[in-house]
Amino acid sequence: MTDFLNDWGIALMVFLPLVGVAIMMVIPGQEEETHKLIALVATVASAVMGVLLLQNFDYDRTRELQFLVDRRWIEVINARFTVGLDGISLPLVALTLLVTPLVIVYSWNHIPEPGNAKAFLILMLVLHTGMLGTFVAQDLVLFFVFFEVVLLPMYFMIGVWGGENRLYAAIKFFLYTLFGSAFMLVAFLALYWVTGSSTFNLQDLAAEVAARDISLRTQVLIFGGMFLGFGIKVPMFPFHTWLPDAHTQAPTQGSVILAAVLLKLGTYGFVRIALPILPEAAVEWAPWIGLLAVIGIIYGALGCLAQTDMKRLIAFSSVAHMGYVMLGIATLTNFGINAAIFGMVAHGLITGMLFFIAGSVKERYHTLEIKRLGGLLVQAPHMGWILGFTSMASLGLPGLAGFWGEFPAILAAYNPAPGLSVSLFRTYMVIAAVGTVLAAAYLLWLLQRTAFGTPKEEFAHDDHIHDTVFTEWVAWVPMLVLIVVLGFIPSIVFDVTNAPATVVGDVFEALGR
Amino acid sequence: MTLALLAQQTVESIPFDSPTIDWHAFAPEATLLAWTCLVVILDMVGLERARRFMPGFTGVGFLAAMIPILTLWNDGATRSLFGGAFVVDRYALALKGMFLISGYVVVLLSTQYMADGDYYDSEYYELLASSVLGMLVMSSARDLVSIFVALELLSIPAYLLAAWRKRDLKSNEAGLKYMLMGVFASAIMLYGMSLLYGVAGDTRLTVIAEKLTTEGTKPLLTLAALFTIIGFGFKVSAVPFHTWAPDTYEGAPTPLTAFLAVASKAAGFVGMVTIILFAFPGQSEVVEPFMWVLAALTMSIGNLIAMRQTNIVRMLAYSGVAQAGYIMAPLAVYSKVPNSGVSAQSAIVTYLVIYAAMNLGAFAVVIAAARKTRSGEISSFGGMLNYAPGLTTAMTVFLFSLAGIPPMGGWLAKWQVFSVLLQSQSVAGTTLALVAAVNTVLAAFYYLNVAKQMWFMPAPDGDTSRVRVPPSLVAALAITVVATLLAGVTSLVPDLTDFGSAIALGR
Repeated sequence: MTDFLNDWGIALMVFLPLVGVAIMMVIPGQEEETHKLIALVATVASAVMGVLLLQNFDYDRTRELQFLVDRRWIEVINARFTVGLDGISLPLVALTLLVTPLVIVYSWNHIPEPGNAKAFLILMLVLHTGMLGTFVAQDLVLFFVFFEVVLLPMYFMIGVWGGENRLYAAIKFFLYTLFGSAFMLVAFLALYWVTGSSTFNLQDLAAEVAARDISLRTQVLIFGGMFLGFGIKVPMFPFHTWLPDAHTQAPTQGSVILAAVLLKLGTYGFVRIALPILPEAAVEWAPWIGLLAVIGIIYGALGCLAQTDMKRLIAFSSVAHMGYVMLGIATLTNFGINAAIFGMVAHGLITGMLFFIAGSVKERYHTLEIKRLGGLLVQAPHMGWILGFTSMASLGLPGLAGFWGEFPAILAAYNPAPGLSVSLFRTYMVIAAVGTVLAAAYLLWLLQRTAFGTPKEEFAHDDHIHDTVFTEWVAWVPMLVLIVVLGFIPSIVFDVTNAPATVVGDVFEALGR
Repeated sequence: MTLALLAQQTVESIPFDSPTIDWHAFAPEATLLAWTCLVVILDMVGLERARRFMPGFTGVGFLAAMIPILTLWNDGATRSLFGGAFVVDRYALALKGMFLISGYVVVLLSTQYMADGDYYDSEYYELLASSVLGMLVMSSARDLVSIFVALELLSIPAYLLAAWRKRDLKSNEAGLKYMLMGVFASAIMLYGMSLLYGVAGDTRLTVIAEKLTTEGTKPLLTLAALFTIIGFGFKVSAVPFHTWAPDTYEGAPTPLTAFLAVASKAAGFVGMVTIILFAFPGQSEVVEPFMWVLAALTMSIGNLIAMRQTNIVRMLAYSGVAQAGYIMAPLAVYSKVPNSGVSAQSAIVTYLVIYAAMNLGAFAVVIAAARKTRSGEISSFGGMLNYAPGLTTAMTVFLFSLAGIPPMGGWLAKWQVFSVLLQSQSVAGTTLALVAAVNTVLAAFYYLNVAKQMWFMPAPDGDTSRVRVPPSLVAALAITVVATLLAGVTSLVPDLTDFGSAIALGR
């Protein structure tokens, strides 16, 4: 069993959804139930592989890559099929494995207009493969391919099943991300040739950079290329404008996946690729990344306060929350990186959940305009309470998962890595702390205006508005439970991430001395 | 003295060695030539009755010529004929394989198109085969004369074919424009070649390369090099020599447009690459800056104009112009990268092979869709997801491949080009890579526009009856989709980095 998992575990986990796609291709589109079933089975099969991997994962060696597979792939360009799992990948892989099946369950009676469950679910499975692959890839070319694979299904998901302004949102999402990844590609290749490495293996590249005397200017420029690629995906402050549009227009399922997993590809890229490979450049960039992160926190929060649309508000809250993650990363300490990874998982669960609720509200009220909503607790009490609970989690209430993403990130800024300006980062800390107050403001305000009060006249006697249904419970309960569990026992994640985060942090400790 | 005696004396006075011909090396061309003759004979004997066998028969000819290519590839040895004027190495073989398969796919594309219209279809296939023959010769040509002969052999049939829809004024215009521009380009190129010959005193590229390093005056050499390259610049539709392409592409029969956009363009690139790498290895300070400007202009202007197109064929024409910019980009740094590994040459050949698959595929979808919509407007693709999901999926694969999005093959082609540019670790290479990076975003915009129509928009006239795709087009689509997908995720495109021996002759 262990041998089998070592050789095939990750590959099966990543590619089983594609087997589902192949089967669905040959079944006619009218048989929607069959398609839903196949899609669910494919993602559950992938999740089962993932659970087996997690079971056999050696939690004493989280800093090492486990289940490492390294095979020939495209030899012309020295690209190898290298995948592995370590403490940084593991929480994100687990998050992905959880979210996609839940989204498919949710889709059971929520296939958005204009229907065509077959195409919708096929795209979802392709997306699943792309996301998982990105988190396990240990080869720069492989990472690039998976990183880009997610573009295509998301583009179509927004464009076909999205809201009124979907065409604009879809193309904006695509072009922004492509712009970033075009420069990322240039950076990857420049890195490869500057180091003179013979492979694209991440660890080899890091070792080559450390061994060679590459001018700081070159490193900083290469980091800049990666920064564009990852920073746009996160999205960081000046590049964030695609996000509210994409989130608002995307169908519920698309928004959930976008928030829960897709945004993490960017932050994960920083932790996995940019920081370990180019530490010297990271020190140069960190103050700027930190600055953009805190601008994102404040700007996102202010943006939330100005929104009239519930989904758009949640989207802007994403900008703010990802700001905390980036602030954690910018401190370049193991504490900050731990916080960042926890923040990614927490944001994935909480914001994913918020988008689920927004989708269900939209389905019932046919609008997300905050001033037309109200009295959710009266008309759909369960859903109202779930919204309240998730809002509390999102604003960082201690005892829920959101707290462990934000608070340690702020704390980490108090004591950034040696070589970074302490006073600067303490200023960032103060600004970020102000951001939490704003977060409380906009989330409570949202809750107050949508859940409290009495239903507005136009919806007061609408029979269509009903409480949470079965598929919603199935999709939501696991996420709600995890939000509580991770809030009380954050060490579930920290124990896994601490060792590899320390490896990254130690590099900067050593550099600063 | 009798006339016979005089003739005999004359013959004896000229030393003449009968060249030993390596028939194996020459077999692909010989096979295709013989088969083309057979097609002509069949046409003459069978007349009207032979018409419906023509496409299949020609296609088999292309496949038959693949056999010696495979045996030569397995053999692996570099063979040189006619004093080095005709060389068969892996570079040549890879290209010949690509030309034959492209030719075969074009036959598949043409089958129904030609049968439906009131065209002379036997002659069409004969001329097509002749043109492919010229391309095969081009792949092996290492001599100014053989390059020129190959170029004319592949161009002249294409001039005729472009005007094949003879009752359509647009097609007449296409043919005439293509011919005038082509002849003009040939003249410029010949002038450049004559200057080269004047300086070097030989027509063989390798000898020219040696002579140029020792003698020759700079201004004259510059003129010779630029004129020769500009000649090919017309053929590959590089900006500012691209103006014929959109009109010709729009007017010509669509399968032939696919042929021009893929095979004919590739042949132009082969000539360009061969001359630059074999004859000008030491002239990089003249050629590289010129190619830098040409590549940057071609990709940027091609993309900018493509964005404004509403006709799918014109859009593909300008997209082809832009793609030509990427393809020639490695030539802007060819002297700064080693000959082994990912060299300028291997990157270009890889790009040409993948480009052939994805672009032929895109044209196949255009031809299939036009059978129902009878329109070339991009808006006519609206709503195809619902009534033609197969065609939509195929077109999506091709469009995203052209845009360079993994996992479709196009990304590997782009990756190779970027790789060569950055491998040079020069300012020129890096800046051109950045220009190309911005251009990939521009290009994505108009490729996505077509995908947008097919996926997001309703059918323009509400007509959602199914599209009947004839079997030959299905076959063409299957070949191109599979090739495009596999090229991106496997080592389908053979390792073409092993050109060391061929280039060594040139340096």
